[in-house]
Amino acid sequence: MTLATITAAVMMLGITLYACTGIADYGAGFWDLTAGGREPGRRPRQLIDAAITPVWEANHVWLIFTLVLCWTAFGPAFASIMTTLFIPLAAAAFGIVLRAASFAMSKDAARARARHVAGWLFGVGSIVTPFCFGLVVGAIITGRVPVGNAAGNEVSSWWNVTSIVVGLLVVGLGAFVAAVYLIAEANKRGIAELPRYFRRRAIAAGAAALVLGVIALVTLLAEQRQMFDRVVSRSWLLIVLGLVALAAVFWLAVRGTVRGLRLVAGVGVAALVWAWAVAQYPYLLPFSLTIKAGAAPSVTLGWILGWFVVSLLLVVPALILLFVLDQRADLGEDPTTSRPTGDFDGVASPIPRSRRADLGTGG
Amino acid sequence: MAPVPLWLAEPAQLLPAREQMATTLMFHIIFVPIGVALPAFILIANYKGLRNNDGVALTLARRWSHALGLTFAVGAASGTVLSFEMGLLWPGLTGRFGQVFGLPFAIEGVAFFLEAILVAIYIFGWRRLRPWTHFWLGLPIPFVSMAGALSIISANAWMNMPAGFTLGPNGQVTNIDPGAAILNKALPYEFAHFILAAYLAAGFTLASIYVVGWLRGRRDRYHRLGILIPFTIAAVLTPIQFVVGDRAAIAIFQDQPAKFAAMEVVTTSGTNQAEILYGRYDSATNTVAGGVSIPGLDSWLAGGSTSTYVPGLDSIAANDRPSNVNIVHWAFDTMVGIATLLILLALWFAIAYWRRRDVPHSRIFLWCAAGAGVLTYVAVEAGWIVTEVGRQPWIVYNVLRTSDAVTHAGGIWVSFTLVLLLYLLLAIGTVMVLRAMSRRWRQGVPTADEDAVYGPRPDVAVEPADTPATSSARAER
Repeated sequence: MTLATITAAVMMLGITLYACTGIADYGAGFWDLTAGGREPGRRPRQLIDAAITPVWEANHVWLIFTLVLCWTAFGPAFASIMTTLFIPLAAAAFGIVLRAASFAMSKDAARARARHVAGWLFGVGSIVTPFCFGLVVGAIITGRVPVGNAAGNEVSSWWNVTSIVVGLLVVGLGAFVAAVYLIAEANKRGIAELPRYFRRRAIAAGAAALVLGVIALVTLLAEQRQMFDRVVSRSWLLIVLGLVALAAVFWLAVRGTVRGLRLVAGVGVAALVWAWAVAQYPYLLPFSLTIKAGAAPSVTLGWILGWFVVSLLLVVPALILLFVLDQRADLGEDPTTSRPTGDFDGVASPIPRSRRADLGTGG
Repeated sequence: MAPVPLWLAEPAQLLPAREQMATTLMFHIIFVPIGVALPAFILIANYKGLRNNDGVALTLARRWSHALGLTFAVGAASGTVLSFEMGLLWPGLTGRFGQVFGLPFAIEGVAFFLEAILVAIYIFGWRRLRPWTHFWLGLPIPFVSMAGALSIISANAWMNMPAGFTLGPNGQVTNIDPGAAILNKALPYEFAHFILAAYLAAGFTLASIYVVGWLRGRRDRYHRLGILIPFTIAAVLTPIQFVVGDRAAIAIFQDQPAKFAAMEVVTTSGTNQAEILYGRYDSATNTVAGGVSIPGLDSWLAGGSTSTYVPGLDSIAANDRPSNVNIVHWAFDTMVGIATLLILLALWFAIAYWRRRDVPHSRIFLWCAAGAGVLTYVAVEAGWIVTEVGRQPWIVYNVLRTSDAVTHAGGIWVSFTLVLLLYLLLAIGTVMVLRAMSRRWRQGVPTADEDAVYGPRPDVAVEPADTPATSSARAER
């Protein structure tokens, strides 16, 4: 395997991580938007807010990682994609800003009406961005992005049946993964009804994604036979894996099991991402630019991969520590010194868990 | 012949693309000093609190960490947009030279992620770790954020002083050396100047918030510490920044004479150049009207004597001249002027503190200190304008023209308009949340980490339902 191929694999890893985390954040926005009126939608929205706040916008790091890696290692492909697909990519970026802005506003908007409008904009941004990412993927797999500065058609390259179906598929996958994650969140908090609420939605979104996936294959067959053949002949195992994962999620959800649910859903999404990667290999832009032809010289790739290893060594221990702290109980607080009190081996907490809710919702 | 006005310059995408990049960068840069320097102030307050068993200092540190979480999240969103724009607007730069100077962005991405994790650990840790363990785990944050700033500045410095490659006869990029590109000639002075600017902006701004409270009569220990910790650090660093800034200007005089000529609006090459404060430059005649002129000072500042030869704008081919000399010159004079005012303020503070060990009582001082935060930010933005607009018409100095790097895609005016609207919304949202935070704190609501961005997950965020479904849902678990 060449350095360029390894770098491309690392880039796909970034896309996979973003698909399993960031796309799920958009899905949470989708459920926020579709939660219904103010009163019936209040409890699911509260759960969504509580689940997203701790990781707010942090998952974009995988997107930034992918973009930076692409322009450093595969500059010609990056420039071609970014110019021909200027409109959907700009719209995706605007969706991200819209989400951030409205999320901030909904956090502390004094009036319920302002909060409602902000929540609506948050939902709109959450649908626009993943849909646009899907348009981009659709344009790439159907070979509509040629090499050059805005060399492809700036509209028809992404506004076509396959791209639109893939766009809807990405929205559906986000909604599916988000609903699965929210089942676990609701369950962890022991909130009545909500696990079932999101279970229904996970199954509906999963079914919708399945249908959209089938339609996407059919339109690919009609529009880009060469890519369709590659998907069928090379990636069938990964697609089967994705289907098995989807079936497993359905089975676990119907049984009411939570353990393993998130992992299985993540594996399913990852399988689809890699089905795309395997089908497209060795092309960066089907079928005009290969990884080999579009890659930076090996000295740059060597630096990138070296830095990737170093960054794993830095980030992984920090992530493990954060996870350990997430699992650890709150130790309470001495109100006069505002220093934490209690036993620091994480055994006992002087303030019972129920009191913490009072502190937490004090604002 | 005068340079072609920007709105007539080809291609048509150039002006809106530059405006959009400028808007998003100038917005993003507001969050940079907070992310880079606020962690240090938090840790100092944290250390003080633990060392002296000082609950007030600990409260300050904890609340600042919550504000940091919020600004960090907004900065993440606007930073994501910037990484899009590197390709959306400047494909000629990233597509061709990404292989040379892309690596620092990858380094910054990891530093940013690491900082986000460490900030989350720090906010989680207030109630979940031993106090000193918590402090030690927070200690890497200022250094990680500094590494992030170093890498982004490295990429920008490379655009000013490109290195680590050679251009072939057909313009192909060969002999790439990413290490040499990272450690380019402009990096040391750009980095030193920027990191100090970040600490000044964060310090004066943070202090000014408590100065306003102090002026409104909230003269307690909480506000006193809130002023003293950040203001002292910023005041100490101000004179250092003045010296570093002077060194940077001299380095630019040697490395980028065109930018220097625009900064100081030197029209005609020669010795004994006058320092012109403000004034209006006319690109058609290459002359300056108005302004205050100090004979010989510019030559003296550039080379230490009035006989120093300073190349003027006339020595640069018309189409290589900075496209907007007035903006560069006014921004430079504004930055230096603000720095001079800040030095006087720091001096006042030093004398008063030395005599009475307290925040100066004079209302004039307090009014100035309340404005210092905004002024420092104006200086940061002005400095950024000097380095970016001053490099034009080049995106990579003397290698790649901005007009050759811009996208050929249409619709940039539309995207620029949308950017303006959305960033306005983002700014309003951010200010609203910060104000609500401060209102809550003033009302004495307990500082709960669960409310903070990147804080621990709230345990019970949703009220239990009073429906019969409760029991069945429980049973399902």
